[in-house]
Amino acid sequence: MFEQSIILSAIRDAIDWVLGLVGQDISILPLPVQVVLCGLIAAGGLMGAIAFAVLIYVWMERRIAGRMQARRGPNRVGPYGLLQTVADTFKLLRKEDIIPTGANRILFAFAPMLVLAGVVAAFAAIPISWDADKGEPIMIADIDLGIFLITAIVATEVIGVIMAGWASNNKWSLYGAMREAAQVVSYEIPLGLSLLVPVLIVGDLSLGAATEDQLGGNWLIWRNPFMWAVFFIFYVAGLANCKRAPFDLPEAESELVAGFHTEYSGLRFSFFFMEEYASMTLISAIGAIYFFGAGDLFGLQGSSSLIMFGVLLFKILVSIFVMMWIRWTLPRLRIDQVMTLGYKVLTPIAFFLLLGVTVWDLYDLNDKLWELFSRS
Amino acid sequence: MTAAHIAFAAFALITVVSAFVVASHRSIVHSAFGLFFTFFGVAGLYLTLGADFVMAAQILIYVGGIMVLLLFGVMLTPSRRSDFVPARFLRALTLGAIVLVGLLWVLKNAHWATQELASPESTIDEIGRQLLTREQYLLPFEVVSVLLLAALIGAAYLARRRKIVD
Repeated sequence: MFEQSIILSAIRDAIDWVLGLVGQDISILPLPVQVVLCGLIAAGGLMGAIAFAVLIYVWMERRIAGRMQARRGPNRVGPYGLLQTVADTFKLLRKEDIIPTGANRILFAFAPMLVLAGVVAAFAAIPISWDADKGEPIMIADIDLGIFLITAIVATEVIGVIMAGWASNNKWSLYGAMREAAQVVSYEIPLGLSLLVPVLIVGDLSLGAATEDQLGGNWLIWRNPFMWAVFFIFYVAGLANCKRAPFDLPEAESELVAGFHTEYSGLRFSFFFMEEYASMTLISAIGAIYFFGAGDLFGLQGSSSLIMFGVLLFKILVSIFVMMWIRWTLPRLRIDQVMTLGYKVLTPIAFFLLLGVTVWDLYDLNDKLWELFSRS
Repeated sequence: MTAAHIAFAAFALITVVSAFVVASHRSIVHSAFGLFFTFFGVAGLYLTLGADFVMAAQILIYVGGIMVLLLFGVMLTPSRRSDFVPARFLRALTLGAIVLVGLLWVLKNAHWATQELASPESTIDEIGRQLLTREQYLLPFEVVSVLLLAALIGAAYLARRRKIVD
């Protein structure tokens, strides 16, 4: 259990050190307690990191939106308006927690937690850096199932959204939930197919293995001519899966008030808000790790895992910026256009690309073409 | 009492309690959401058996696919609560009791080959190898994929937009 992951064993050592202050060591705790304790600490850290990132993202989003619409955006609270989100968070915390009379209280309260938990849990299988000394990825749980488990866990988020929409007892909410169900289930197909391609090339489902495979500038995006198209499909399907504009139909505020979270206020609303940014980060992180070399900068980063973490973070931020750019540029699609795009455009192209990559790898066309060019 | 026992007990409790809610709740949407927890509990039970791939597949297919489809269907039906009919309840109770007795009889008389399990390894490599080896399960695997394709085409045929003939 603890040998499998650098972060968990580090947490275990930290607990050991703290217990050392009172003259004990970790072996006084039974193993199940140790496992649960380390898991809880890791989950808490993850949650805190995501909450902090969301503060930055919201500020980014509003500043970028302002710039794109030729206005200023928040710039009064703190330097460059950086503390605006902190102030807004306090506002959200102080708001009254309203549960509508006709709503189903239990499901209404449970839905925001389920939605957020699904996305945050997926981060456990994301490697944040690479430890060159041990030759291991730095992640909470280096599971062999990797990306398969991530796609499985993220699927629970849809149930949460449907639960929220139904429990609100509101027509707008229910419409939003139905759209979410139709949209996310449809776009899981092109998303899964486009993720199959990097898995095929790396030959392992674990994202840690993908990180290792791309060290030294050997990024998957350069491996064959199909990869840019595969990445494009992944990115579009990913946008649709995290309900980002132009695919924000479940919450389309001009038609459905606020879609599935119309009835939510205060902290519960902020959970949905955090979920959106967390799933954007998740899609960006998977894109960076599976296509753009994770924390690798053509080998220039040396063996420092901290710099690799920084590089990965930079790549994620670039991707998040592009998502915001798209949001404030493109108009929202209609639901039938969303369905057509998913089933009739992205899915066939994804199948074709999967076939193309397979044939390319099977006949080793990289080497053959290289020979052909170098001979002439 | 080891960690595996505790985990098994927890997941079994989730499964049984939520399955009871599924069977007994008067509102069909509540039953559907109860089923969600049943699926999760069963996924956890797979995990305690060392079947990590089956666990993830269970969540991906049942929670992410079938559950969404089910909720979709349930929400489109009128949310009328089902009435309590004593005769129907009695019939269900009788049938359930017969099944329970049958299951208990099988459980009692089955020959259980038990052995001490080693710490579970990841199963995914072995599954991949067995599914794609000709001597193993390649043929059934491909046949199943053709079957699924046929089902998909059939569904698309049934759901297609028909021309209005006048």
